[in-house]
Formats: sequence, C-alpha cells, structure tokens
Amino acid sequence: MDVVELNGWELAEKLKGGEITSRALTEAYLERIDAIDGRLRAYITVCREEALRQADEADRRLREKEGITPLTGMPVALKDIFSTKGIKTTCGSRILEGYIPPFDATVVERLKGAGAVIIGKLNMDEFAMGSSTENSAFFPTLNPWDPGRVPGGSSGGSAAAVSSAECVLSIGTDTGGSIRQPAALCGVVGLKPTYGLVSRYGMIAFASSLDQAGPIARCVRDCAITLTLIAGRDPKDSTSLHAPVHEYESHLDGNIKGMKIGIPEEYFIEGLHPEVEKAVGESIRVLEGLGAECVEVSLPHTEYAVSVYYLVATSEASSNLARYDGVKYGLRVDEGGGLLDMYKLTRDRGFGAEVKRRIMLGTYSLSAGYYEAYYRKASQVRTLMKRDFEEAFRMCDVILTPTSPTPAFRLGERLSDPLTMYLSDIFTISCNLAGIPGISVPCGFTEEGLPLGLQFLGRFLDEISILKVAHAYEEATEWHKKRPPLGKLLGEG
Amino acid sequence: MEYEAVIGLEVHAQLLTRSKLFCGCSTTFGRPPNTQVCPVCLGMPGVLPVINEKAVEYAIRMALATDCRINHRSVFARKNYFYPDLPKGYQISQYDEPLAEAGHIDTETPDGRTKRVGITRIHIEEDAGKLLHGEGDDEASSLVDFNRAGMPLIEIVSEPHISSPEEAVSYLKALRDILLYLEICDGNMQEGSLRCDANVSVRPKGTKEFGTKTEVKNMNSFKFLKDALTYEIARQIGLMEGGERVVQETRLFEPSTGRTRSMRTKEEAHDYRYFPEPDLLPLVLEDEEIEAIGVMLPELPAQKKTRFMEEYGLPSYDAGILTSSKRLADFYEECVGLFNEPKTVSNWIMSELLRLLKEHNISMEESPVGAERFTALLKLLKGGRISGKIAKEVLEEMFATGKDAEAIIEEKGLSQISDESELLQVVDRIIADNPENVERYRAGKTKLLGFFVGEVMKATRGKANPQLVNRLLKERLG
Amino acid sequence: MSITRRDVEHIAELSRLALTEEEVSLYTEQLKKILHYVEKLSSVDTRDIEPTTYTIPLQRRRRRDEVSPSLPPEEALKNAPERDKDCFKVPRIIE
Repeated sequence: MDVVELNGWELAEKLKGGEITSRALTEAYLERIDAIDGRLRAYITVCREEALRQADEADRRLREKEGITPLTGMPVALKDIFSTKGIKTTCGSRILEGYIPPFDATVVERLKGAGAVIIGKLNMDEFAMGSSTENSAFFPTLNPWDPGRVPGGSSGGSAAAVSSAECVLSIGTDTGGSIRQPAALCGVVGLKPTYGLVSRYGMIAFASSLDQAGPIARCVRDCAITLTLIAGRDPKDSTSLHAPVHEYESHLDGNIKGMKIGIPEEYFIEGLHPEVEKAVGESIRVLEGLGAECVEVSLPHTEYAVSVYYLVATSEASSNLARYDGVKYGLRVDEGGGLLDMYKLTRDRGFGAEVKRRIMLGTYSLSAGYYEAYYRKASQVRTLMKRDFEEAFRMCDVILTPTSPTPAFRLGERLSDPLTMYLSDIFTISCNLAGIPGISVPCGFTEEGLPLGLQFLGRFLDEISILKVAHAYEEATEWHKKRPPLGKLLGEG
Repeated sequence: MEYEAVIGLEVHAQLLTRSKLFCGCSTTFGRPPNTQVCPVCLGMPGVLPVINEKAVEYAIRMALATDCRINHRSVFARKNYFYPDLPKGYQISQYDEPLAEAGHIDTETPDGRTKRVGITRIHIEEDAGKLLHGEGDDEASSLVDFNRAGMPLIEIVSEPHISSPEEAVSYLKALRDILLYLEICDGNMQEGSLRCDANVSVRPKGTKEFGTKTEVKNMNSFKFLKDALTYEIARQIGLMEGGERVVQETRLFEPSTGRTRSMRTKEEAHDYRYFPEPDLLPLVLEDEEIEAIGVMLPELPAQKKTRFMEEYGLPSYDAGILTSSKRLADFYEECVGLFNEPKTVSNWIMSELLRLLKEHNISMEESPVGAERFTALLKLLKGGRISGKIAKEVLEEMFATGKDAEAIIEEKGLSQISDESELLQVVDRIIADNPENVERYRAGKTKLLGFFVGEVMKATRGKANPQLVNRLLKERLG
Repeated sequence: MSITRRDVEHIAELSRLALTEEEVSLYTEQLKKILHYVEKLSSVDTRDIEPTTYTIPLQRRRRRDEVSPSLPPEEALKNAPERDKDCFKVPRIIE
C-alpha cells in the first residue's frame, strides 16, 4: 500500500519515530494530487509552498520533540468554507472572487497549533448548499469510486480527497448531512459533532443554528483524534459549548457489549435503495454479534424533517448571505445604474441558481405574513423533533440508520429537480435540527462497487458512544480498508 | 377646531463602553475612517458576535433608573435590510423580547407640573457605519466609514404620552440627565451619541383615536427637536383643516429651512424579516445580577434635587439648577463639605461661577477653579479679608490666570482694610474735603451717608471693610 | 397558500436579486413545488409548543469590555472591490 493511503494514526507513529518526515509525506500527497486531481477536482486551491513550509516547521517540532500532537506533520485539507489567513477562501462561490481573509478560522488556528500541515482547500457546493458538489461555482468533483457519479455534498471535495488519498484527512462542515452523506458516498468516515462542540468562528455561515464542523477520515480513530484537537470552547463563538473535551481515542476499545442500539422504524421507508437496506440489515447483525442489543425506537416527526430543515436553513441563509453585497469584499458588478442596481447585478451574477433559490425561499419564509406559517411553524416542529430524540434516547444509547437512502447518483441526475435533491438528506437532517452528534461509517458496497454508509446518532454531547460503536463496527468489518480504483482518474479509463 | 398633538420619542443612546458591542474595536470618536474596524464589525464571512458585558450592565442601569420591568430572558434578533453602511445586511437588535419594558420618566411641563411619560421598551442594538456623500474623488460615489459600525446603543422608546414640542424637549432633557447621571452615555447630540426620532400625529382635541403618524428624523439638538415638532404639528393640522390626509411616512427635518420633508420612499415597503439571532444565545439575567447593579446605581436627578432641598435647605430653584448636571451637583457638595454654608455656596455658584463658565465657554470639568480654591475664596470673604465686590474680581482673576485667591489678593494688594486707625485717616480726610456735604448731612440729609461710603471706597480702591467704614463715618459725622 | 409570480418578484426585490422573466417563471414553479411539499407542516399540532432556535443549553456568554487591536487600515480595505482613499466606495446614494 502506498504510504499516502495509510491511516493518520499509523502515519503519526512513523512521523514520531522518524521513519518518515512531514516534508516527504507532504510531497507524497502533493504528488498524488498532481496525478489525479486534474480529473477528480477535489481541490479548489492547493497550498503547495505554505504546506511545505509548514511541513518543515513540523519536522523541526518532531525532531526537537516540541509540543507534538497526533496531527503534527500531518497533511490535512480544509473544505473551502474555512477562513484561512492570506489564502483565498471561496466557499464555492463566485461572489467571493478575490477575497483573501485577514484571519484564520478557529478550527484552522487549532489545526495549525497542533502542527498540522494545511495542504489545500476543497471543493464544495456553493455556500454548502447542495448534496452533490455540483453546485460549486467552479467545477463538480467526481466520485473516486465511479467518475460518472457525484461524491455527495456539500463537503464532496473533502470526502473525495480523503477517499482517494489526496490528504490524510479533511475538515468538512455539516448543516444537514454535508459531512456524513459525502462520507457515505465516498466510502470514508465522517463525523458531525454536537452543535457547539467545535467553534464556528471563521467558518462561513450557511445556517447558523445548524452548521457544525467535523472531520472526514479513512477510519474512526482518525476522526476521534482530530475531534479532540479541534473541539472545545472558543471565546469568539457565543454558541460554542462550555463542555469537557474528551480523549475520544482512549474510549475506542471495541467493547460494545450491552450497548443498546435504537433502530427507528421511520427510517426504513419506501424509496430506500434495496442495497442500502440490505447492507444496513447486515450491519445490525454484525453489531448484535458484538454483543449490542438492538431495540426498535420511534422518531414520529421524521417525515417533517426535510420541510423543517428547508425552512429553517433557508431563512437563516437568506440573512447570512445578505453581507455579499459588493461593498466590502468579493465580487462587484456595477454598470453605472446606481446602488440598487449594483446590489442586484452583483448578487445575481455572484450567486448560483441553488443559492438564489434558497435565498428566495428563506426570504419568503421570514417575510411579513408568512413568518408564522413557515419559519415559526418549522421552529415549533423542530422542538417536537428534538423531543422525539430525547424520548428515543431513553430506550437506547445510540440510534442506527442508513446515512443516505441511495448510493452515489449520477452527475446531473438530480440537478433539475431541487426537491428530489433535498430528499437526499432525509436521514441526516434530523440530527442537525436536534443538535446531536452523528457519524457515518462504510458498511458495504453495491454490486456496481459503490460504497454505502451507516449512520449512528448519539445523545447531546455523547460523541464517545457513537465513536465507540462506529469503531467496534469498523474493527469487525473490512469495508473501510477498501480503496477506490484510481485507474480511471489517471486517465486509463 | 382645536387639535392636540400625540408624540412618542425613540431615543438612541450610545453607551460609553471602551470597546464595541460585539467585538474588541475601540469606540473612540473622531478617528480616521476605517481605523477602528475588524473582521467582526466589517461583517466578513464567518465571523461571530460576542456581547460586551459592560453594554449589558449599562442597559440594565438605564432600565432600573426608568423603573422598567427587566426581562429575565431577552432575545437578540436580526433586522434585515440592505444598506451600504450595514456590513452584515442585518442589524443585530432586539425585537419581540427586549431587555426591558414598561417604565417611565417624570418630566417637568412648561407650567411647572410634573408629567409622567411612559417608557414602552429599552433594548440593546448595534450602530451602523457612516456614509459620506460628496467627499470622494468622484461625484457619482458615496464613501463608507465603518468605524461606527457595531457601536453599542440602547434604544429607549416612549409611549405616545407627549403632547407638545416643549414637553418633548423636557422629556429628552430629563432622559439625557439620567443617562449622564448614570455615566453610561455622554449625551452629545452633535456628535450623535444621543439621537432622537419622533412619531407625531394630531387629532381633534378630546378624541381618543390616534391620527396617522409620521416619523420625523434628524433632530440633533433640543432646538431642532422643538422646531421640527412645531413645524410638523402645524403641517399636519394644516393638512387636516384643508381636508387632506396625513400620509404615513418618514420625514427628514432640515435645520436650514426649519421644515420637515418626505424622504424619498423606496419602491418597496420595508419588511425587516426579524427572526431570532442564531449566533447569540438569549440574554439571561438573574435577579442577583440585576440587584447588584441596582445597589450601585447613583442617585438620580429628581432624588438629588429633593435631597438638596431637605439637607441644605435650598429653595427648589437653586436645587434644580445645582442638580441639572451630576458634575455640578458633585461640585456643590464638595464645596459644602469644605465650607459649610450651603446657601452662600449656592449663591456664589449660581450667580458667579456659572456665569464665568458661560463667559469663558468652558464646561464644569474644564473649570480652572476647583472646589478647594472656590471655597478658599468664600472663606476669605467670610473672614473679612475681602469684600464681596473684591471677591467677584478675584474670582474673575482666578479664572483668567488659574492662580488661587490668596496669591491674587497678595499680588494686587486687594486685602480688605479693617485697621480702624488706617481707615479713620481716610474718613477724616473725606470729611475735611467735603465740608458742604457734611453740613447737609448734619442738617438731616442722612441719605448722604452713601456718598461718603462711596468716597471712602473710591479712595481705598474698594478694599475698605464696608461695615467698619459705615460705623466710623456715622461716628465722625455725628 | 400558493406562491405567485408577484410574490417571487417581491422576494427577489427584498433579496436584491435581479431575475429575468424566465427565472421568475422557473423559480415560481420550483418554489410552488417546494412550498407544496412543506405544506404538510400545517397538519402538525403545535399549540403551546415553543419554537426552537437554540439546541444548546443557555449559557452566559459575555465579553469583557476590553479593546483589542483593530485591523491595520490596509488590511481592512484590502478586499474592497472599490475604494477611495481610506473609505469603501459605493455608487452615490441620494437621501
């Protein structure tokens, strides 16, 4: 196996032991990027020079044994939603054309502080609005397992880059499934922590009450390690939790005997892809084989999740995206028609179709006469959904569901039909609305060889249980060890 | 028909915090454009607000001082609209769950009665930046300075309990006094630290229903507030008498003409789409916190006035003037502490000190004569070293030179002559020089005593002890 | 409640988006479909149910009133699409 395909924790041992240098490792990843990213297109920006500089600094730290963390010297990549000082940050949008943040997001600060090497910025649906990365203003990213298919979204670049070993791990964001769904579609692990566990400062907002950053990696252990390093209270984020950050990795002992796993009947619906259903069914048996106890639970308001989500998220987004007005940064289109005209032209040319659609839906939902029926009503049903989880978690420790109702779909397949696209998130959305943590792990492949994902949801701030069960499952299966065939991306297919 | 005006004021007060409401940028006024900005107050992508604890404390002070009910849970909301001075495309404010509600301020009406004006609500919000027109290189542009963006404000909304321009001014003055007493706002209307908008309508006197209201903006002095309201009320009455209707709109006061004019209404009605600000948790205030702030609250103008009347035996007029600013009241009390003759101190402050401050166009804080020096002068007067007339001269000199009274008296030889033998020589000389008047006096024209006193004073350049001069003259003139 | 072209034009105006006739038609149709889908919320009984905006427990989050450095002026204006000396420049506004 190529060194770039090793897991992060394995590489950490090699770096610490001096078996490999961060520079060599970083160069290896840059080579992988050079080899395949021309077709895969996971990266919007590759930070070659900065990365090598950071790698040299990490090597010095490693040599002098100065504040070494499991990420010291590790090439990681960021969804292009995180502000990076001095490095262009696009959020997948034309409207941020030319924008270079004068500050680092807290997550970026923490990664740098831990000695990680920031190797580049990854493609995404514009403003994280989408489930396929086709809404990127620049180009779609391909699925490493099948270049004719989408990698999922909105953190599609982040999942594809990890899957194809263009970085050790990446940091994505998840508003309604944007970490977990692409992780599932690309055959990697994606963790969305509890809302407020990881600082949102410097992470470009889509829907502020739902957005949360988290790691995407090739194994559960890497996610656990990364979470410990990026989580924790941030004085710059009023919604960041004053909660203890655990050494999550130390809880990954493979022992889930007696753990109660809830299976919500509402998630096994019509329209669920038969191969997804089969894989999830088999994984339940694997978990039972490990001594877990599966119980049926009910989340009765699940059918409203997509509606609640699209009203709440778009309402917040319509306001969050008002700052892109051509005045302070980014694109300005001014044809001399005055201020109002400048606003409209800038926003019309700067935003893509999906973003505009959501701004309009959100504006409508907040506007006079509709607020009660839409935004407020959705927020009330959100309360009921949160209560559903509280009830369900009386019966079980974690909840198991499929991550996505289908495997990766074909490029272009759902572009013309927003509603069907929205339904791709049907299993991941509730978790964000309730603010609880969720993780997706590989749980099999379709006959065509497309990866499938299994989702575990946990209680508020109980990352330990979902990491533990995901890890035990991973240990008991081989799915996560499979790597995509890169031949097609090298131009051989 | 007789009409009456119905007026409510919306007052924005900038809080005297060191840093902005949601970020650490300085609040210093008058710095070069865009030097007090950061990613947060520029609304850069991904930034988040964290509220300034001092702003919360100051807002609570105002709420307590105006007897508001403070909500234990208040919610920040986004007010959405596009304008180049609004960096995020929304203003963080409070909407349906404000910090405080249902208070009042007692004001004095022009005829001296006390009138209670209700406070609907007090809430915290951030200020917008500043637009500069016609200052750029090309005429077709406006410029934006974001130094003011994110400055902490409280908005104090009154009930429509005000019925004349004079009452509005008196309400705003009372409100400003409270802000100054609380030391939470500098009250400077020219610099915009205190801003006032008015909702104005008129109705036939005695009726209950409200007429259509207009919102009048841009009144940055008490005078402009009065002028704008006077004009607007007359305008509305004029419309009604002419059978026309008042249009609900925002009107701008123009100081140059003394009129209000309609602001160009946008092609769309405003729809601010308020919703709870997801980036800020609701503000939770426990009783203990509110009580702790309440305990530290200073005495307010009305309370202080009553106390001055009781404690120092001052007439209402004196007490009112002396408590019109906290600085002045503090100065007065400091003086009384050093020289325990409350009425004398009051007289000298009101008739002399305030006049000199006005003449020199300086504020109490800038006064070169502190309490120590001021009372030292009054002590010299009381001890007979100088006469009242001389004391006034000395005070003027103190103002002009910054020296203390003793030095000036010494330097200019202004010490009062109380030496009987020395004065007697002068008295005798005056008597000798004016034989005719002496004769007339002795013939019963005792009013001429004043003439002799004047002559003695003239001869001594005002330094003679007046009581002594009187006695000696009477003795000598028999 | 069904969304009309006029509604779409109104919200486009509120959102400061310039839409072509075709876009108005397209968005009207798409939003109609989406709004029809979310209409199912009206069947949920939400009497006396408080809305949820915050999923985390209320905590005291306030900043000390301390001044921290602002951006150097060049940094503040570096991203400005147009500037005039030390200010951001916008098309002239008439009040």
